[in-house]
Amino acid sequence: MYVAVKGGERAIDNAHAWLAEERRGDVTVAELTVPQIREQLALAVNRVMTEGSLYDPDLAALAIKQSRGDLIEAIFLIRAYRTTLPRIGHSHPVETDKMACDRRVSATFKDVPGGQVLGPTFDYTHRLLDFKLMAEGEVPEAAVADPRLEPTPHVTSFLNKEGLIQSEAAGDEIPPDLTREPLELPANRALRLQALTRGDEGFILSMAYSTQRGYGNSHAFVGELRIGKVAVEMDIPELGFAIEIGEVELTECETVNKFAGSKVEPPQFTRGYGLTFGQTERKAISMALVDRSLRSKELGVEVSNSPAHDEEFVLYHCDNIQATGFLEHIKLPHYVDFQSEMELVRKMRVEIASASAKEAAE
Amino acid sequence: MSDYNFAYLDEQTKRMIRRAILKGIAVPGYQVPFASREMPMPYGWGTGGVQVSAACLMPEDVLKVIDQGADDTTNAVSIRKFFEKTAEVAVTEKTREATVIQTRHRIPEELLTEGQILVYQVPIPEPLRFLEPRETETRKMHALEEYGLMHVKLYEDIAKHGHIATSYAYPVKVEGRYVMDPSPIPKFDNPKMEMAAIQLFGAGREQRIYAVPPYTKVVSLDFEDHPFDPSKANHPCDLCGAEHTYLDEVIIDDDGGRMFVCSDTDYCAERQATGHRGRLSPSQDLEKAAE
Repeated sequence: MYVAVKGGERAIDNAHAWLAEERRGDVTVAELTVPQIREQLALAVNRVMTEGSLYDPDLAALAIKQSRGDLIEAIFLIRAYRTTLPRIGHSHPVETDKMACDRRVSATFKDVPGGQVLGPTFDYTHRLLDFKLMAEGEVPEAAVADPRLEPTPHVTSFLNKEGLIQSEAAGDEIPPDLTREPLELPANRALRLQALTRGDEGFILSMAYSTQRGYGNSHAFVGELRIGKVAVEMDIPELGFAIEIGEVELTECETVNKFAGSKVEPPQFTRGYGLTFGQTERKAISMALVDRSLRSKELGVEVSNSPAHDEEFVLYHCDNIQATGFLEHIKLPHYVDFQSEMELVRKMRVEIASASAKEAAE
Repeated sequence: MSDYNFAYLDEQTKRMIRRAILKGIAVPGYQVPFASREMPMPYGWGTGGVQVSAACLMPEDVLKVIDQGADDTTNAVSIRKFFEKTAEVAVTEKTREATVIQTRHRIPEELLTEGQILVYQVPIPEPLRFLEPRETETRKMHALEEYGLMHVKLYEDIAKHGHIATSYAYPVKVEGRYVMDPSPIPKFDNPKMEMAAIQLFGAGREQRIYAVPPYTKVVSLDFEDHPFDPSKANHPCDLCGAEHTYLDEVIIDDDGGRMFVCSDTDYCAERQATGHRGRLSPSQDLEKAAE
């Protein structure tokens, strides 16, 4: 009897063993180590940490190794691990104006206090394959500047002084936690930002791109993009005060969008915000554009039918673990439902055939 | 698996899920939002059902897992192994012996009894979803008991096709109040939903749990002049001869030859063990050969 989908235990065990072998690849080639991935595939590690919602470069590198380089699979491994960890508390908000910036650029001003710092960017490289890398070339040491010791002010704070940009009210409200509460709509901005940070880079990128091409038109400037390390501080109840528990590398992007004004507001600029782990600037910029787009209603700007203006559409579809799971589950057996569809289609065909036969006879 | 808590989830998470289950039982058919966790299997593989089962399982429970009615389908095997490993509960293929049954796409043929829990894996919990894609809208429609759209859809089916063209995930009304998606079970199974066991539905990706308590009225939507018809393939089972069970159609050769067999493997095996025979029973061939 045909039992292709009724493989049972042995088939699963054998499939897993084969998978492990394929993951390792040709054993005459040296095995990839987790530190190698962490150090040399750092941008992949950063993406996995961002969308996995867990800052741990070693675990992210391990996940990439285990998933054979499939980053969504790696993100899934990290998420499934993260969800088993207890939530012991939350940190103070990180102070990104105290960030030790490796990179900091503003597109809205020629120069800004604190300077434009290109940092390690692909931006001005020529995308020519470097065949020298085929032979594991060592690189010459890069020049080192003196680190800047004083805080680097945010570019938007200059606009803020003039009242040219809509000001963001500080609040003490503890943001909801998407990983501990079900998503309920309408979502506040903190929750939306959380979902966007976890959201799929490709999806957020395309949503952002669609706003640039007129689907929910809103022209954004990168007011500032900064990448660097910030300290994470947390209140320790036993001590009664906050201490620094470590540091994380972040990418922060603030976009500036023109706003013609409304009945209650004068013309000014509005903001979009993106924050991600590690150097992940495509994601952070995309996120800022989508954030701004989703704020249309609260800013009193015209809300179109465009996907990027639609909170429910964006938030319900941005998570790649949910999306890939549901998409790929259609390869699981569905023969019971398909059977019932076949019965129905057959029945309807018989009825149509007999009706047309009757017509022909008349 | 000593690194993980009993049945994988931590106790706080289980408490959260149990609260959602209790609320679901208190308001039959109502979709309760819950903070679904990432599970070590993908969304779409039954993460909702697995979380509900994990929250229900006690060390003394006996677990049965089926997919498409069968205990030996790959995903059923995988989920059963998961709980064997993380909860170390006894497992069975016998519907009668199980205290918790997790299922995908079927209700067992054998009548379930008091004390049993049937856990359904649900892909899309919202019966109105394909009529109205917005969750914010459909929640309002349920709150206002505004189900006209669903009746219009069923009516349009009849006008266009002469039938209600829904053969699985056929919508039901629970205890005269909420319209509910029974998960993608064939409509053949719908009448069985008025049962003695507790029915729990878990949708992980969509973060919803709902329930049908024992002996609750579950009515498949229909019209007076187009009554609900729980149809199935018009054949007996080729292995056990049953004429009252849901059948899988299996293609057996390159010429399109086919056989029909019970989708509920446990039920079919038990019938065969008690001497029931179908058209293609192997033992029948032997008997013929002996003659």
